[in-house]
Amino acid sequence: MELTFGQMMFYLFAGIIVLFSILTVTTRRILRAATFLLIVLVATAGLYFMLNYQFLAAVQLTVYAGGIVVLIIFSILLTSHISQKFEKIGLMKNIMGAIAAISGAVLCITTILQYKFSATNAAAEEINMRLIGKSLLSYDKEGYVLPFEVISILLLAAMVASIVIAKRSKTTNN
Amino acid sequence: MYTGIPLEAFLIISTFMFFTGVFGFITRKNLITILMSVELILNSVNINFVAINRYLFPDRLQGHFFALFVIAVAASETAVAIAIIINIYRRFKTVDVENVNEMKW
Repeated sequence: MELTFGQMMFYLFAGIIVLFSILTVTTRRILRAATFLLIVLVATAGLYFMLNYQFLAAVQLTVYAGGIVVLIIFSILLTSHISQKFEKIGLMKNIMGAIAAISGAVLCITTILQYKFSATNAAAEEINMRLIGKSLLSYDKEGYVLPFEVISILLLAAMVASIVIAKRSKTTNN
Repeated sequence: MYTGIPLEAFLIISTFMFFTGVFGFITRKNLITILMSVELILNSVNINFVAINRYLFPDRLQGHFFALFVIAVAASETAVAIAIIINIYRRFKTVDVENVNEMKW
């Protein structure tokens, strides 16, 4: 069986995601966990590029890989030593977590494989920046102005909240 | 680019990533690594949204935009969570969930 270039890229990204997401939750050094998480997020952006959603892939790269991972690394450097290693997780806890995860995964994958997905026959829409901007700010049937405004209020609230929480209070500093 | 790849392949990848995140959420003790597991879970849901949008409803953009909104929610959630974690570190000098066992009285 001859693999096309797209299939090869897909299996490459899939292998990277599987390997490094396991490493993210099992490694015992916290800074390495953050680096592996970064690799998983970049591979996910690669999947979005394969699906022809370039704007979403760029957002994934800038917000996730550029913003969130940097924030996580900052907080790691503020709260723990780089050379610190976690103690080993108890065997019982490991087994229980693995049973929960594997049983859930088996259940979901069997459901996915049994379900017959039916695609619409409509022609694929070309996605460009003009369409994205118009959809985000229009209020007719295919418009998304309400979630857009809700998200902007949420971002403002999160910004104010994180400043207020992280600020050192003057009076109760005992 | 995606011809020859079934939709189920994307869904299986995202299922795998989701339950890896669940495993990390259960077994980890450090608050920051728990936060990383939550990021894995949110990211896997995004893959689902985008793949189903592209394969089943290519004439619409709903999955694309909801993936965008999930990314925004994830960013604000991380910002607030890290502010809380840094505050916990100031008070308790540790970020392990086992040692943080009292609330403000």
